[in-house]
Amino acid sequence: MSSDRFIRERFFPQIWCPGCGHGTILNNLVRVAREMGLDPEKVCTVSGIGCSARISGYLDFHTMHTLHGRALAFATGVKLARPELTVLVPMGDGDALAIGGNHFIHAARRNINMTVFVMNNRIYGMTGGQYSPLSGTGVLATTAPYRSIDRDFDVVKLAMGAGATFVARTTAYHVQEMAKLMKKAISHKGFAVLEILSQCPTYFGRKNKLGGPVQMLEYFKEKTVPLGSDKLNQDPTLIPRGIFVEETIPEYCDEYAKIVALAQEGARKRG
Amino acid sequence: MSNDIRFVQGNVACAEGALYAGLDFFAGYPITPSTEVAEHLAEELPKRGGKFIQMEDEIASMCAVIGASLAGSKSLTATSGPGFSLMQEALGYACIAEAPCVVCSVMRGGPSTGLPTKVSQGDVNQARWGTHGDHAIIALTASSVQDVFSVTVEAFTLAETYRTPVILLFDEVIGHMREKLVVPPAGELAVAPRLYTEVPAGQAFHPYLPREDGRLPMADFGSHHRHHVTGLFHDIWGFPTEKPEAVAKLLHRLVDKIESHSQEIARWKEYFLEDARTLLISYGSSARTARHQVEIMRARGEKIGLLELQTIWPFPAELVREHAARCKNVYVVEMNMGQLFSTVKRTVEKPERVYLVNRIDGELVKPMDIENVVRTVEGKGV
Repeated sequence: MSSDRFIRERFFPQIWCPGCGHGTILNNLVRVAREMGLDPEKVCTVSGIGCSARISGYLDFHTMHTLHGRALAFATGVKLARPELTVLVPMGDGDALAIGGNHFIHAARRNINMTVFVMNNRIYGMTGGQYSPLSGTGVLATTAPYRSIDRDFDVVKLAMGAGATFVARTTAYHVQEMAKLMKKAISHKGFAVLEILSQCPTYFGRKNKLGGPVQMLEYFKEKTVPLGSDKLNQDPTLIPRGIFVEETIPEYCDEYAKIVALAQEGARKRG
Repeated sequence: MSNDIRFVQGNVACAEGALYAGLDFFAGYPITPSTEVAEHLAEELPKRGGKFIQMEDEIASMCAVIGASLAGSKSLTATSGPGFSLMQEALGYACIAEAPCVVCSVMRGGPSTGLPTKVSQGDVNQARWGTHGDHAIIALTASSVQDVFSVTVEAFTLAETYRTPVILLFDEVIGHMREKLVVPPAGELAVAPRLYTEVPAGQAFHPYLPREDGRLPMADFGSHHRHHVTGLFHDIWGFPTEKPEAVAKLLHRLVDKIESHSQEIARWKEYFLEDARTLLISYGSSARTARHQVEIMRARGEKIGLLELQTIWPFPAELVREHAARCKNVYVVEMNMGQLFSTVKRTVEKPERVYLVNRIDGELVKPMDIENVVRTVEGKGV
């Protein structure tokens, strides 16, 4: 670990497999929190269920490990009750977009100020390697032993379509870029989504014969390119990284405060 | 100061009771016959600086309520059968995470979409056992608009005292019926504040270490005491554990903290019970019919009385056993296939003397329904 601050040592060793990308994300999140000077008492991390969701327990903020898919609904309650808190919502791909898909699009639609990290390893790791809505066609999984025929979501396009006001993508290989995008996402006033492609060598990698963690990270290096780069223009099959949306529109808790003012003004006039 | 007297629906009385108890946060999803609770709070909560949000479904509503509770808000949601089913997973989370909150279910006919606009009391056992795994729960009922108000206030006190979700189990008739409501002046009804930890900032806070009296002081998200909350079995730090002794200890505590206080939690009303030889047990709108029938039969000189249960869970077994022992026959009057009836039968000394008077057709129980069963059982002909 690059820092022991913001970390609950008594929760270690962490549960992730050797070579899992999620540790890189945790490490970066701790570094970013320190560099941004976040007050841990003013940060609440809300996660769901799955490998990714365990990240909340390791972070020394106010933390809530909730139900599968429901992190954003719990987080909405926390944020609306206490808008002064910085709310971080790390989620897995199945957690965020299968069982939690409805909450994902509605939280994005509201533009409530929180930061979502979709830790996308394209598989259900904790239950042993079943295909997720981000696996895509042709992928092998324990529940797709012949191959998956399910098309995958594009997290970025889905978030954009649902109205997220900050949408970005990076990978577990691009550590510096991830840190930079994490800072931007956390600083953004509104609903921010950062998709982080993460490797699951234990299930996704092994099942699909992609090699070990090093080969999987090299895949991220080779198959992803910065948004707007020449390489992307030459080869549209490459996966773009970077910031896709960054806009400022009224935020939900701010808008609610206006409703309170309106209701109280009306009550005064009548009273 | 003149009394604050209104003529309102039970659902509005529930909303007003919640406001009286200091409601800070409501999350819900429209569903008949509970929607007026949400509508009233959408108007009233912002006036007091409270938070109202209409979520994308009942699952999200229950989750938001728990999140808000842990962030320091007195929180409520309101729903009916199908929505209540969707809330069950998160209700279990509130049980194990010990998040105080109140869930109002205005019962309608089921299963499934059932009879959305008709009355039933079909969620009695869903309230008790709807979420998976062993747990204890508190569920309260009311048979008048005034009682809806007072049990709602009470529900928030019980939720904070026992750090548990409390279910308000109303029914369509009670929810939609308009009656006089006297809103008592602030302070007249007891309202329990949240019990906060006395551990100073900077010292170790164990969020799941109960005091000697069994109560579990809280620290809100956003306070000095950062802590972890999980739906997994956990230790006194709130961290997941699979240690058998810690698991068993937590589950025992979750059940005992409510079951061992069932006498303190019990709320009931008695009508003509002193010399009764025939006992009616009922709750909610069917208790109104039962009371009416008791008055009819008392006028004829028959020794009949009514025990109206306002606390259904934890089941007030001692109370029911005591009254049943003094009576020849016991009739449970309810609008389902015998959900409370089966519990009463299990509780009393002579289960063969317990009879069910019910309606399951979306209609209120009528006085004649009770009359017919009582006369048949007692061999007096119909």
